[in-house]
Amino acid sequence: MLIARVVGTVVSTQKNPKIHGAKLLLVQPTTPSGQDTGTTLLAIDSVGAGVGERVLVVVEGKGAVQAHGVPLTPIDAAIVGIIDHIDTP
Amino acid sequence: MQIARVIGNVVTSAKDPGLDSRTLLLIQPLTADGAAAGKPLVASDSVGAGVGEHVFFVRGSEAAFPFQPRVVPTDASIVGIIDHWHAD
Repeated sequence: MLIARVVGTVVSTQKNPKIHGAKLLLVQPTTPSGQDTGTTLLAIDSVGAGVGERVLVVVEGKGAVQAHGVPLTPIDAAIVGIIDHIDTP
Repeated sequence: MQIARVIGNVVTSAKDPGLDSRTLLLIQPLTADGAAAGKPLVASDSVGAGVGEHVFFVRGSEAAFPFQPRVVPTDASIVGIIDHWHAD
């Protein structure tokens, strides 16, 4: 899974029926220390995350579909956790 | 998924039967602030998108899900048209 920061929201009326009702959030992957790395992704939110929060993102189809809970949903990224803090020795 | 802008149509005569009557669009992935992110790619369309529209697309085997029960050999599919997005 990736560490990312929620940077925005996306509104889409016309989309795959299985995605209806899901919240779509733009997330920017970061290093553990918080530096941006790679490009922005669009993820389904299944935990109630909001803009500015640090989150855990699964970026693989099977895991994302499982988090969304609707079989055969065409998604490949889902927010599965809100990070409180990361402890490193 | 990623957000992208549709920048062209791709026309193919000889193709895998699974791609028959599928619309193939050339898309440019974007960053949250609308800049190009990486190289353009070809995606199958499942929502009726057109050139100039902002969309989001899925990669990998899940790209075939919108076309079930038909088996479509694709690794990228447009699954939504974006009305608007907001980025901080």
